[in-house]
Amino acid sequence: MAQQTTIWKITSLLLGLGLLAMIMYGCPSQTGMLDTREAAQKVYVAPGEYDEYYAFFSGGYSGQLSVWGLPSARMFRNIPVFSQDPESGYGYSEETKPLLMTSYGFIPWDDSHHPDFSHTDGMPDGRWIFINGNNTPRVARIDLTTFETVEILELPNTGGNHASTFVTENTEYIIGATRFSIPYEMDKDVSIDSYKENFDGSLSFIAVDPESGEMSMDFQIIMPPYHYDLGRAGKGPSADWAFFTTYNTEQAHTLLEIYASEFDKDYVVAVNWRKAQEYVREGRARTVPAKYYHNLKDKNTGIAVSTVHDEVLLLDPKDAPDMIYFMPTPKSPHGVDIDPTGEYIVAGGKLATVIPVHSFSRMLEAIGNEAFEEVINGIPVLEYEATIIGEVENPGLGPLHTEFDGDGNAYTSVYISSEIVKWSLETFEVTDRIDAYYSIGHLMITGGDTPNPDRKYMVGLTKTARDRFLPTGPKQLHPAQLYDISGDRMELLLDFPTIGEPHYAQAIRADIIKPNVKQIYDLDDNNHPHAVKRPRDARVERDGDVVRVYMTNIRSHFTPDNIEGIRVGDTVYFHLTNIEQDWDMVHGFAIKGANSGEVLIAPGETKTIVWHPQRTGIYPFYCTAFCSALHQEMQGYVRVSAADSNVPLTWRTGDE
Amino acid sequence: MKKSTRLGLILAALLLIPAYFTPIWTIKLTAPQYPDGLGMYIWMNDITGHERHDIRNINILNHYVGMKEIDPDLVGTLDIMPWVVGGLITLAVVAALVGKIWLAWVWIVLFVVAGTAGMVDFYMWGYDYGHDLNPRAAIKVPDMSYQPPLIGRKTLLNITATSWPYWGTLWIGLSLAAGTAVTVRESFFGKK
Repeated sequence: MAQQTTIWKITSLLLGLGLLAMIMYGCPSQTGMLDTREAAQKVYVAPGEYDEYYAFFSGGYSGQLSVWGLPSARMFRNIPVFSQDPESGYGYSEETKPLLMTSYGFIPWDDSHHPDFSHTDGMPDGRWIFINGNNTPRVARIDLTTFETVEILELPNTGGNHASTFVTENTEYIIGATRFSIPYEMDKDVSIDSYKENFDGSLSFIAVDPESGEMSMDFQIIMPPYHYDLGRAGKGPSADWAFFTTYNTEQAHTLLEIYASEFDKDYVVAVNWRKAQEYVREGRARTVPAKYYHNLKDKNTGIAVSTVHDEVLLLDPKDAPDMIYFMPTPKSPHGVDIDPTGEYIVAGGKLATVIPVHSFSRMLEAIGNEAFEEVINGIPVLEYEATIIGEVENPGLGPLHTEFDGDGNAYTSVYISSEIVKWSLETFEVTDRIDAYYSIGHLMITGGDTPNPDRKYMVGLTKTARDRFLPTGPKQLHPAQLYDISGDRMELLLDFPTIGEPHYAQAIRADIIKPNVKQIYDLDDNNHPHAVKRPRDARVERDGDVVRVYMTNIRSHFTPDNIEGIRVGDTVYFHLTNIEQDWDMVHGFAIKGANSGEVLIAPGETKTIVWHPQRTGIYPFYCTAFCSALHQEMQGYVRVSAADSNVPLTWRTGDE
Repeated sequence: MKKSTRLGLILAALLLIPAYFTPIWTIKLTAPQYPDGLGMYIWMNDITGHERHDIRNINILNHYVGMKEIDPDLVGTLDIMPWVVGGLITLAVVAALVGKIWLAWVWIVLFVVAGTAGMVDFYMWGYDYGHDLNPRAAIKVPDMSYQPPLIGRKTLLNITATSWPYWGTLWIGLSLAAGTAVTVRESFFGKK
């Protein structure tokens, strides 16, 4: 009898818990997998045919940006951005090393999170893609004619540039922000316990030259010492605004997982960047000391050049009224995403039980009516009820990021319950949900962050693979899922491993980029000071201990390929010019004992690698990229003699 | 000479002018690694690539089997051809102005001789190019030569070569046809 009662008690308890879970998080997600054959057909791109979309996945802690085709989920390329790349010599060659310079020295790694395209009229124009470096705050520009990193700008006085890169409607600005508040004053040495007095947040507005794409730090805004998490530029009616989420309005500086999760609400920050720009042009910004690097690849020479800046314009909201507002938002919100019309501002209430949706027009009304709860450091806090227009109930646990399909639907990634929920922008009710494998971060819909989304594919970028693929040990690759969202229900098409840890991703119709992709670097336009364009100009020159080898590469030999007269203690620069003008005809170069990597030289390009021979002997060098039928023969020798030897400097290829 | 014959000869002269502005022959090479092909245009006075760097890339591929570089500056015929065609234009105009039918016949004979010589020269160039191989070439295939076809399609190792007349040949043909037609008519059918 007692036993029976216990069973009943347990059963009731389980039922109750189940009901509670249903109430809190809604019905469990569905797998929503299409018939296997139908799903396979939707992702199959026949040999020799092209994908419909280019997708760019951030590399996270790989510091790279990988390029994929959708819907096949084939990876085409992994572009090194903030990380040295032994495969291509990026960050090893003399031409690319300056790109990785910062005010803290040469930093060959960063954590890249959020790519965003350059925009024209709100739509990606396929000219450049930008991506942030979170750790040592930086922003990079990748040229989409060559798929190479061409510029990196450091953000001064910033701790963790996470809310970046998000680009305004016509690429006027790339936004950035401090994720970890630190003293704004450069190199300030204070007690960590003096957080509230001495620490600050900052927002950055990076201008982009509309012709060249060149970035510059236009101005920063000093903010209360909260954590600024993610951002978005507005669109349409809200195009002059940028939005950021905050957490840690508690201003904790230790054990943030508890102390920064106390308040029911943090803020969405709304910045009228157009007005801020006017204030800056009027001279309301102060010039303050800063130290930051701007590294730019010179178009003529192909050599990156670093410029060091020592000041920045800083705008204080106290001196700049009607420019910046706080919208209270539950709770430690993560993403802030703007719907295609520019009206709805959706926050991912990471620790909230609802998805809060603010209305841009109501926000303007509230500003007009001065519906302020308080003013913090010159920044009015708007009343929650005045700006909120909907709260999506039962969104699952841990909603993070939202994208849109242009047909009035929003799709929110939900981390803890590992699912994507689809909901209506009219009723603010959940209409569909589907599992993610596992623990989804960002999601990305083709064009889902633009005014004009393509309601076709959705990619879920998940954090753990666990049992999804053949196991590869304790560490597995981070997976992604491809969904079809063209119908009423979301359907899972594909589950595939990625490279690095993709946080956010972007996709663009292939025909916007494909016609502009370069096949070669034009040798006639190569103005590298150490280029040699004809084998007969190849030579070796000595100036004291510095030896420069001017070498050409063509199928299947180097000129010169026999070099004598190098001495221990020399600094030898190999300047390699690939004089091929044929698409994809790449040569590499490596020499025994070099304390760096190889270099890979594209057709028409000049790359330099430095070598410090330390022992006498014969050093073979060879082409590392299988270039041609006689690739194995594409090699040479350098003779290294003692430091005091008088072996004359000679070089040759063949007998003539 | 009838006015219509004179006009016909002027027309024949004029029809040769566009041949200066368009290639007269085209050769295309396709291979597994070159699905879109590499190719060259043969002009009256030049050899150019179908794409900007095709000649360079053909030369790089050809050096493995020991073929000489294609260098338009070293092909003498290309220096002469524009003058030969210029001479034919001048002669047609002179024949029309002077009005002597025998001059028109001289024009036809010279035209045919020049055309034949041109084709023979082109064949000889192709022969030399395909047969005179560097004995130290990396890839030697016994009994293999690499002469491109004069006209039509031919497979050379991994490369399929096709060779066809181009627009310039059409203008030259039309010129010869027009000049010959009026001359024949004047000579044999015009005595009314």
